[in-house]
Amino acid sequence: MTVHSPRTVEQAIALLEEHSGAMILSGGTDFMVEVNFNHRKPSEVVSMRAIEELRHWNIDRDTNSVFIGAGVTYSTIESSDIAQAVPALAEASRTVGSPQIRAAGTMGGNLGTCSPAGDTLPVLAALDAKIHLASNAGRREVSFADFMVGPKRNSLLAGEMVLGVSLPIIDGWQGYAKVGVRNAMVISIASACLVRTTSDDSVRVALGSVGPTIIRARAAETWWMEQDAPRSSSEMLSEFGARCAAEASPITDHRSTAEYRRHAVKVLCTRLAARSTSR
Amino acid sequence: MSTVKTRRDVLGTNALRPDGAAKVKGEFSFSSDIWSDGMLWGATLRSPHPYARIIRVDTSLALAIDGVRTVLTAEDVPGVLTYGLIDQDQPVFAVDYVRYMGEPVAAVAADHPETCRRALAAIIVEYEVLTPLTDPELSLDTSTPAIHPNGNVFRHQRIVHGDTSVVGDVVVEGEYEIGMQDQAFLGLEAAMAIPDADGAGIELHIATQWLHEDQKQIAACLGLPIERVRLVLGGVGGAFGAREDISLQVHSCLLALATKRPIKMQYSREESFFGHVHRHPARVQIRHHAKADGTIVKIEARMLFDGGAYASTSSAVLINGITHIQGPYRCPSAVVDGFAVRTNNPPCGAMRGFGVVQACYAHESQMDRLAEACGLSHVEIRLRNAMRTGDTLITGQPVESVAPVERCIRETDALPLPPPLAATPDVLELPGGTGLTSRSENIRRGIGWGVSIKNIMYSEGFDDYSTARCTLQDGIVTLKFATSEVGQGFVTLAPQIARSVLGVTDVVVEPMDTTIGSAGSTSASRQTWMSGGAVDGACRLVRERLFEHVGVANGIDALRLVIEDDEIVDTMGTLRIKVTDAAPGVRFEETFEHHHRPTEDLDENGQGNCHVAFAFVAHRAVVDVDVELGLVKVVQVATAQDIGRALNPLSVQGQLEGGIAQGLGLAVMEEVIVQDGRVRNPSFTDYLLPTALDAPEVVYSLIEEPDPQAPLGAKGVGEPPCISVTPAIASAIRQATGRDIRRVPVRPQDICL
Amino acid sequence: MSENQIYTLTVNGSQREVKDSWIGESLLYVLRERLGLPGAKGACEQGECGSCTVMMDGAAVCSCLVLAASAVDADIKTVEGLAPDGSLTDVQQSFIKNGAVQCGFCTPGLIVAIHNLLDSQPNPSELEVKEAISGNICRCTGYGRIFAAVQDVIEQRGATR
Repeated sequence: MTVHSPRTVEQAIALLEEHSGAMILSGGTDFMVEVNFNHRKPSEVVSMRAIEELRHWNIDRDTNSVFIGAGVTYSTIESSDIAQAVPALAEASRTVGSPQIRAAGTMGGNLGTCSPAGDTLPVLAALDAKIHLASNAGRREVSFADFMVGPKRNSLLAGEMVLGVSLPIIDGWQGYAKVGVRNAMVISIASACLVRTTSDDSVRVALGSVGPTIIRARAAETWWMEQDAPRSSSEMLSEFGARCAAEASPITDHRSTAEYRRHAVKVLCTRLAARSTSR
Repeated sequence: MSTVKTRRDVLGTNALRPDGAAKVKGEFSFSSDIWSDGMLWGATLRSPHPYARIIRVDTSLALAIDGVRTVLTAEDVPGVLTYGLIDQDQPVFAVDYVRYMGEPVAAVAADHPETCRRALAAIIVEYEVLTPLTDPELSLDTSTPAIHPNGNVFRHQRIVHGDTSVVGDVVVEGEYEIGMQDQAFLGLEAAMAIPDADGAGIELHIATQWLHEDQKQIAACLGLPIERVRLVLGGVGGAFGAREDISLQVHSCLLALATKRPIKMQYSREESFFGHVHRHPARVQIRHHAKADGTIVKIEARMLFDGGAYASTSSAVLINGITHIQGPYRCPSAVVDGFAVRTNNPPCGAMRGFGVVQACYAHESQMDRLAEACGLSHVEIRLRNAMRTGDTLITGQPVESVAPVERCIRETDALPLPPPLAATPDVLELPGGTGLTSRSENIRRGIGWGVSIKNIMYSEGFDDYSTARCTLQDGIVTLKFATSEVGQGFVTLAPQIARSVLGVTDVVVEPMDTTIGSAGSTSASRQTWMSGGAVDGACRLVRERLFEHVGVANGIDALRLVIEDDEIVDTMGTLRIKVTDAAPGVRFEETFEHHHRPTEDLDENGQGNCHVAFAFVAHRAVVDVDVELGLVKVVQVATAQDIGRALNPLSVQGQLEGGIAQGLGLAVMEEVIVQDGRVRNPSFTDYLLPTALDAPEVVYSLIEEPDPQAPLGAKGVGEPPCISVTPAIASAIRQATGRDIRRVPVRPQDICL
Repeated sequence: MSENQIYTLTVNGSQREVKDSWIGESLLYVLRERLGLPGAKGACEQGECGSCTVMMDGAAVCSCLVLAASAVDADIKTVEGLAPDGSLTDVQQSFIKNGAVQCGFCTPGLIVAIHNLLDSQPNPSELEVKEAISGNICRCTGYGRIFAAVQDVIEQRGATR
């Protein structure tokens, strides 16, 4: 195994081009589990740790947009002005692992791993985040929906790395909720992010841990817009929750059952919608 | 001259841990913190199948790897091929069959853990995979083929007591299930085995609960005389029962003798889940008969314990379960059938509570039902039936121990309840925590009760004595014992005893090893009683010798002398001399074996005085439940525990709080999930232990009615805290939700679907 | 860096050379097996227990999840470096005094995590303390005496401010 520690993005993408199949190391909180448990034995590793640029973020109130570098940690998201700009992302970040994990784990890593249980991913999906990628071939942007293509599968091309993610600043309400059996440090059994935009009272809902990818409950979102304003009655909200749940495709595994996961989605989406109403 | 009383940390004080400084600095040597020049690393190859026939094992490729020194299988075991605490049915390495997922098949020694890993991957084992026996009910069926030559039933024991024809005015019944809990001590299994130069002996540094029992089994497997197998206690990072059985001891010794090099072995967390026994999953069917006023007249019960692939201590766990199924209540008649059976599930054995946890969940769930059927509160039903000193168990054994059950309940009841949940609480106070699942309006609060009886020490005729040696010279006491310190604080208590008995301040505790007699196991809440009794006995003998010496030197009858604080005082004269000055240069040394009174076997009707003594405890749990999502937060646990005497109140508090956390784990989050004999969650990602955010507020009352049988008046406190808290939490969940919770751990879907 | 290249880590203020190592080793492994610093403990190798907690550039992280060779420019502090002159810090003393140590396996990780918390937040609330140590599993104490120990330090430090 060889570990490369580039100091700039240019150096990094040159290394990724040279060593195809190299594994990218960001915060290490997923990477090292793979190595410690011998599931992965990469021969080439490109560590992003020394690339200062990736730890930057930018909040632009003119374009109502936030850019978060791939090296920004969850604890930075929680404790910086990112939390005011994208509150649901801060809420989701707070649920990742433990304080130790949050101090090391990064947005880039959450995207690189691309697990359906990735805690911040429903927020990215609900906000239609753009993932910024770079390689020797150039830079490009991909919507989150096009970035995550399967469980732990993303659409990174060979030699490509994540530079960061950009998210809109919403005028409206946004919230996140995650179900786990323990009150801390727990893998999500089901999660949801709901974004409600003031201008047209539309909602966007993304579901985590209940499908091979993060699921946008688009049929429920469409149904929502077909309802008369104010979209606030408990019957309507409950029906909304049920419709979100209907779009989930959860499995039964050692952590939970498909039935419970679907039920949890219904409850979470109903509650998030209610919170968006009484903000 | 001023008289300054030195604080001497005698019995009854909050003496601080002598190993505390080393532990907080990270300098304390756990068994994984031992290194040896020229050492090699050892590792174990384990079966991926729960049940299979071994067709062949080919180690040649592994042996050819550079850095690999040896590869061993069953053929290389020089002595007895099997070991075990009660029946020696568990193979050192599998022979012909593997009977559980994770069963050891081979071991390697190499220069680096990475080389070991590669060597294990290179060992070829050809298996004929068989269909595992995983339903313990089928193990009882005589038409089920035996998965082991000794058969599929470890033990059956019946209890028949009193008038079995009695029928209650009120009859309530239920069927309860208890899942498989893991001890999950943090200090992973580790050992350092150092071979003697002549190759006919070995020194093993090991974290274990019982040095001498390990020594006996290891010597038998190595084919060596016991005196050539020396064990030294390495620092123990928790035990909770999981270190009572052999894990890597024999393997590391075999590798050391084969390579003539020191061998270090340590398990990963994943391997640890396969490398030690777990708590028995159990099914209990139980029926209570009572008069209309709630007085119990009879219980009928069937208990089935799944012991997994090998016997371990299943037989003893079963006996504990069935002899405690009446709970801390008077019960004149009973018919109980208990079975411990073999399956291809993971082997089960000792875990804190040892069979009583399973019985308690069942009987406490029943007491709630009985209360409801009789129109009594959960407290009233328990008070009505509460056992007292002198009452009889369903085994016919009179409870001679102090039995303050009523007091346990009343004092628990008197502890203040927590304030109600705020209208807008901090998210960390809600179930779901930072997951933001819940708000106040989603929460229902419930209060539940659990009360327990627990035996102390070993049973059924087993003489689990303990040994200690006390040496006194120039005011310094040195204590030697083989008592395993696993974190419970015996190393703190033993010096307190010496200070109380001998009036000294400075006490040195020597390393624990097999150069002194057995202390028995650190389990069964027994060490304060037994090893405390041994240390006390040895110190008292030394005191006798000291008084004799001082008496002769001063022309005083030794019987007039007493210890007062740090001085020897003549109660009928003026002599007053500091212990440190009393016999300059003279060395007093005494060894004492403390035995408890003998116990009996149970006859075919389960009658016999099979236990030594008992302790009692009550728990009241307050839980908040998000009823729609089935998420639970345990807000408060209140407890009054019958402890006899608080020899170190701070240590006692630590045991209470720690045990409650483990009982909480079994109630709401801990389960080894086994499907078709396969462990699905051998990691801390999916085997969930309570975190700091899951721990409830604990309020408690200590009931100190010294037990006349106990050498220091103190009962053991280790197990009771984790026993009745589990049903108390389950009961609280029932109260909050109206759901009939019949299993632990309670899962969200059990509450809301 | 390739398979067995030498690299240097800054640990407890000193430059420590790591040689003859396999490059894939975690910081936890290197500290314990190469640098003679066995204070950090391994109980899960997955970042789920906190026993391996060290400080890296002022943040408390799980050393089992740090690739040692990637930590070459970090300022690493272990439990051994908290009070290097052989004395005990106030947190360490409070742990002993309050009965917060039983088997002790989780203790070094907790001590580091608490020092890290109090370095940045001198007066955390009870819940803030609990959240800060929610990544440190203790199997023996049930956390009660640990909370008491931290409370004690907060009060003592507050009294002397």
